[in-house]
Amino acid sequence: MDTFNAEEIRAHFPILQEVIHGKPLIYFDNGATSQKPTVVIDRISNYYSHENSNVHRGVHFLSDQATQAYELARSTIAAFIHAKHAQEVIFTKGTTEGINAIAFSLGESLQSGDEILISGMEHHANIVPWQMLCERKGTLLKVIPVLDNGTLDLEAFESLLNEKTKLLSIIHVSNTLGTINPVEWMIEKAHAVGAKVLLDAAQSIQHLSIDVQALDCDFMVFSGHKVFGPTGIGILYGKKDILNELPPYQGGGDMIETVTFEKTTYNELPLKFEAGTPNIAGAIGLGEAFSFMNSIDLRGAYQKEKELGAYLRERMREIPSIRFIGDAPETCSTLSFLVGDLHPFDLGTLLDKQGIAVRTGHHCTQPLMQRFNIPGTVRASLAFYNTKNEIDLFIHALTRSIRMLS
Amino acid sequence: MSNTINQIQDEIVEEFSMFEDWMEKYEYLIDLGKELPLIAEEMKTEDRLIHGCQSRVWVASMMEGPRLLFTADSDAMITKGIISLLIRILSNQTPEDIVKSDLYFIGKIGLQEHLSPTRANGLVGMINRLKNDGLKQLAK
Repeated sequence: MDTFNAEEIRAHFPILQEVIHGKPLIYFDNGATSQKPTVVIDRISNYYSHENSNVHRGVHFLSDQATQAYELARSTIAAFIHAKHAQEVIFTKGTTEGINAIAFSLGESLQSGDEILISGMEHHANIVPWQMLCERKGTLLKVIPVLDNGTLDLEAFESLLNEKTKLLSIIHVSNTLGTINPVEWMIEKAHAVGAKVLLDAAQSIQHLSIDVQALDCDFMVFSGHKVFGPTGIGILYGKKDILNELPPYQGGGDMIETVTFEKTTYNELPLKFEAGTPNIAGAIGLGEAFSFMNSIDLRGAYQKEKELGAYLRERMREIPSIRFIGDAPETCSTLSFLVGDLHPFDLGTLLDKQGIAVRTGHHCTQPLMQRFNIPGTVRASLAFYNTKNEIDLFIHALTRSIRMLS
Repeated sequence: MSNTINQIQDEIVEEFSMFEDWMEKYEYLIDLGKELPLIAEEMKTEDRLIHGCQSRVWVASMMEGPRLLFTADSDAMITKGIISLLIRILSNQTPEDIVKSDLYFIGKIGLQEHLSPTRANGLVGMINRLKNDGLKQLAK
C-alpha cells in the first residue's frame, strides 16, 4: 500500500482546481458534502454512456450488466463496513431516508409508552422522524443532554436507559461540533436493556474506519455524497435477522415476490426495502467511491485528517475573541466557532469572497443551537484532501474578515 | 422633489463601479449598513421580522404625506448594508412607485447571487416585504 501523498490525492479531485471570485477554491464545507474523485465522475458517465439499463428485470445483455454492476457496488460497500452479508446493505436516497425507513418499519411494532432515545446533538433528520412516530404511535422521545464541552452527558444517558427504551438512535460524529461519541460503549449499554441501536454515520463514514460487526449496531445509515459519492444515494445497513422481521416501508415494483389483488408477498432482502427502480447510477457511483477509498492509503488519510483538524484548532486559538462551540477531547476535523458578537453570516460571506467555502447557520441542529443559546455558528469541516497551507490561508482570510467587521 | 427610484439606482451603480474587487465592495456595503435608518427597538416585533433569512431583519414602514418611509435593522452587518441600499432607493417614494419599481441595480452591482430563493440572507424576502408594505398602502 502506498503511503499517503496529499498532492497525489488532490489530483483525483478536479473541482479543487476551481477559481472562486478570483481566488483558488479552499473547500472547507466537507460536512455538507464531499467532493468527487474523477473515477466516480467517470464511472457515472460511463454507466449512462455504455451500460444504462434497468436492474433485476430484463434478460438482455445490458440489464444483466447493470444488475451485476449494481450488486457489485452493494458488495463493495458491505465489505467496507464489514457487514456479515451483502443483503444487509440497502440502497436509499440518503441518511434521511434510512432513518425514516426505520422509524416507519420498526415503529410499526412499537406501543404507546415505548421510548426512543436520541441525543441533544442530533441532526433534524434524527429528530423529526421520531417525533412523527411519537404522534402516530404514542411513543415517547427521550433526549440525552449535551455538556458545555460538546460531549454527551453519559451519566444521564445511563439513567435514561430502561426496559421501555426500544431504540437508541444516535449520531456517531456530530455534524455541528465534530464530537466523536463513544458509540461502542453506548451500543453495549443500550443492548443491555434490550434496546436496538441505529447509528447515524453520516459524519463518521468518511472520517473513521467503521466495522458494524465490531460495533454491533443493529442499523447504520449514511449518505453517499458525504463520502465522495454522488448525491441521491445512501445506505441503510441492518442486521439480517432484524431486517427480515421488519415490514417494508414502501410498496411497489422490485420489492414483491407475488402480487394478487387478494394478497401480496414480499421479496427477500435487500429488495424488500428497495421498492421501484433504484438510483442505479448513484449506487454504482457510490460503489466506485468506496473502491477509490480502498485504493488509497486510507489509514494514512485518516491520520493526515486528524493532524489537519488539530492544526486548525491550534491556529484558531490564536484569533482574539474566538469561541469554539464544543471542544470535546475526541473530535474529527470539524470545528464550529463564533468570533466575539460577529454574525456567522457576515463571516461566511466575506470568507466566500476570498474563495473559502464554509457553512454558516444552525447546521440542521436547532435544538443544539438553543442548548448553547446561539443563533448559529461558522463551521469549517475538513477532508483528507485539504492542506495545512489552506488552513493558513483560511486563518489569514478570517483575520481580514474580522478586521473589516470590527 | 426627491430623486426618482431609477436616479438613485443609477447613483448606486456608479458608486459600486469604482471598486475593483469583491472585498472592497463588501467593505463599502458594511459602511453603508452603518447609515441605515434604524427601526425603533420596540418596533422589532415578530410581524416585522422577515423570515427566510439566516440573519434577522426587521422592517417598519409609515406614510408621511403621499410617501412611504422605511426603517430597518439586522443583526448581521452585510445584511444591514443590503437593506440600507433597498431603503435608500425605496424609502420616501410613493407606494405606487415602490410597487412597480424594477430593481435592476442588484444585477449591475453584482448582488444577484443574493437573489436565489435559497440564499440565506433572503434579499428576495426583503424586496417582497418593502413592496408588500407599498401594496398595503395602495389597497387602503
